[in-house]
Amino acid sequence: MTRLILSRLAQIAVTAAILSLCAFLLIALMPGDPIDLAIAGDPRLTTEDAARLRALHGLDQPLMARYLAWAGAVLQGNFGHSRLFAQPVAQLLGPALLSSVKLLGLALAIAITVGVGLGGLAALKPRLAPAVQGLALFAQAVPSFWLGLLLIILFAVQLGWLPAGGDGGLSFLVLPVATLAFAHLASYARHAASALTAAMGEPHIRTARAHGAGEGRLLWRHALPNAGVPLLTIAALDAGALVSGALITETIFARPGMGKLIYDAVMGNDFNLALLALLVVAIMTMLATLAADLAQRWLDPRLSR
Amino acid sequence: MAFRFVLLFLIWAFPAAAQPRETLAIGITQYPSTLHPNIDTMAAKSYVLGFVRRPVTAYDADWKLVCLLCEALPTLENGQARLETTPDGKPGLRVTWRLREGLRWGDGTPITTEDLRFAYEAGREPATGIGPAEFYRSAYEFIAEDARTFTLRFDRVTFEFASLGDFAPLPAHLERELWRADPRAYRSRTLYDTQPTTRGLWNGPYRIAEVQTGSTITLERNPEWSGEAPAFRRIVIRAVESTPALEAQLLAGQLDMIAGELGLPVEQATALARRTGTRFRVEYRPGLSYEHMDLNLDMPIFADRRVRQALLLALDRAQIVARLFEGRQTVANSSVNPLDWPSDPSVRAWPHDAQRAAALLEEAGWRPGPDGIRRNAAGERLSFELMTTAGNRSREATQQVIQAQWRRIGVEARIRNEPPRVFFGETMSRRRFQGAALYAWISSPENVPRTTLHSGEIPTAARNWSGQNYPGFRNVEMDALLEALPIELDREKRRLLWHRLQAIFAEELPSLPLWFRQDAHVWPTWLEGVRPTGHLNYSSLWAEQWRVR
Repeated sequence: MTRLILSRLAQIAVTAAILSLCAFLLIALMPGDPIDLAIAGDPRLTTEDAARLRALHGLDQPLMARYLAWAGAVLQGNFGHSRLFAQPVAQLLGPALLSSVKLLGLALAIAITVGVGLGGLAALKPRLAPAVQGLALFAQAVPSFWLGLLLIILFAVQLGWLPAGGDGGLSFLVLPVATLAFAHLASYARHAASALTAAMGEPHIRTARAHGAGEGRLLWRHALPNAGVPLLTIAALDAGALVSGALITETIFARPGMGKLIYDAVMGNDFNLALLALLVVAIMTMLATLAADLAQRWLDPRLSR
Repeated sequence: MAFRFVLLFLIWAFPAAAQPRETLAIGITQYPSTLHPNIDTMAAKSYVLGFVRRPVTAYDADWKLVCLLCEALPTLENGQARLETTPDGKPGLRVTWRLREGLRWGDGTPITTEDLRFAYEAGREPATGIGPAEFYRSAYEFIAEDARTFTLRFDRVTFEFASLGDFAPLPAHLERELWRADPRAYRSRTLYDTQPTTRGLWNGPYRIAEVQTGSTITLERNPEWSGEAPAFRRIVIRAVESTPALEAQLLAGQLDMIAGELGLPVEQATALARRTGTRFRVEYRPGLSYEHMDLNLDMPIFADRRVRQALLLALDRAQIVARLFEGRQTVANSSVNPLDWPSDPSVRAWPHDAQRAAALLEEAGWRPGPDGIRRNAAGERLSFELMTTAGNRSREATQQVIQAQWRRIGVEARIRNEPPRVFFGETMSRRRFQGAALYAWISSPENVPRTTLHSGEIPTAARNWSGQNYPGFRNVEMDALLEALPIELDREKRRLLWHRLQAIFAEELPSLPLWFRQDAHVWPTWLEGVRPTGHLNYSSLWAEQWRVR
């Protein structure tokens, strides 16, 4: 197990290094540099200003020299300054990460609980399965920006029960969490329904039923651990979303978060911020996948052989 | 006990209940990238800083230059401005300003000429990274006459000499050492961004009390402010990029007003006003955002000015404004805003006339082809690309109408849009557009359009792609006017130059003028005293005059 973990950690380090180079090149090769954008917005910037600012920001250097300078600084723990927010990059990532983890963590917890609950209901009561599948399909089909706006109009504008957006107490989380949870619960409901229905037909379930176990106990105690493996895989992939944020939901509800931060950084040519944020997301996703692999091995020891 | 716990929980969980009237919550669509007054230019920063700091001079709501920190504007007549010769023999100016008495930073430190000297030194140093540095290059000497009087010597004569523009005092007692330690790193070390709640940074009626990076800036009254006392104890400025979300927060009562300078597009504000009746006051103010279409004059089809004139005649701009913007835009005849004093009301207007447009195209040798699109003698079709910024709904709608109106006179416009960063960062700045490009310029009162109309400002690789003459307009008389205008100190003579400039523009049409955008200001009915300016010295610069009715 230790060897597996070490080898996967080494893979993560190599992947992160390659990813950082690819992300750097992709951003650098996008049309226009920050000075071009500044010139378009301010006719007073002269040729002389442009040359001075490019030199000052190191934009006149070759691409690889710029990448190596950035990578060298990062290895020494210097993540640099954000050009868009005039703050140290590390200082910006903390609150954005926290906000995204809070929002998506709650949304995922609700999506998993409700989704698996609905899946269990479909497995226990097959006549309800079409309704659950229909609801899941609807949840998957509804665009989150549309649902978000509907919720805002109903609960914030018409009823005035909840804030329309922003970041504050618990009430500010209700609508964005509901929007995201609804979108995510579809896949959990569908996968849980099919995995639990299949697991309920397994021989060990028949044996437990013969011993007099109730249907609820059979489902949650005996079938769920077996059905949990595919659900864990989905959860591991969704864990990446915890840190990558939800751009559309964050924009509609005007919440600071990783999705919006990364989008703004990439569009604004803020290399330091974009690269570090993308790296954090990639590393967290890979670590979550590793954790899911380990959990799957724990749930199903055959995988370790 | 349980009831008290529930009550406390509810208070904690739902803080957005009722807000006292002494707080004003303002929504804007952008968050400032820095709060440093002299680094970078950005609308959101100008709006926010209007509440918390004051420049020496500014243009007011009547587009007149006024003193904010100074006692009197320098003029040649009052002797505060004098023509002189620079050390290298060129005509120059020596201009003196005197600061008002009793000006203090938020920590009580008096504002003196040392603060201006520091701002000048930092601005002159290339490593500081000030954006447009033309002012600092031109002002070659700073002289502190005494604690309140300073003189700047300029290496050129310009009619704008009384305006100090973005040049404003910086608190030397807080910032100078940070800057001196490493001018190159000053951008990232300045207290304006590392500790923006430092009282001594601000000299306006408010000071910054709290910053939530990317979303909210909270202001509170500055006790050291020596002017009229502001009405609100706190002002909360929230940046909400999505305009539907901004509107939702307004309707939900989280915001009291939406600043027109960075707010809802006119059509959204009009729809809001219709839906909400008298709940809000919506005021429209024409501004300096000039929507127009640049034509790439290097393309042979645009070489003949009759084609350019026909394209403008074919557009029913009044109808577009009426249908798409409910009449809330001011049709433009040139890049000079009708509210600006040099505007010539008699300039050629090119009202919609499709028949005359068709006749002009015939004269220019473009005859209808079998598919309805005109062709020249060589068989080339009168067809080109029509570009704008993707995702801008009002521009995209405008583009559709323009395409249809041109189609009626046998001109094919092929729509090809790009995201703003590609459009501005690459296509326009490298002059890669193949036809017409629809976008806006924002300027200031009596802004000489040298960078957009002078032949020396055509972006080329040799010039490192700087300059904004994207059409590639070359006109000897226009160049001469653009050079003569800034140095003509006599207002009446300058008026004549401006009129000639507009006449050439209207005849040559290097770009097709569409309209001046209006800003839609959405205020609560209980708020009064806000005077939108329509230019880059925003209404927040006079925030102490805002009152609760």
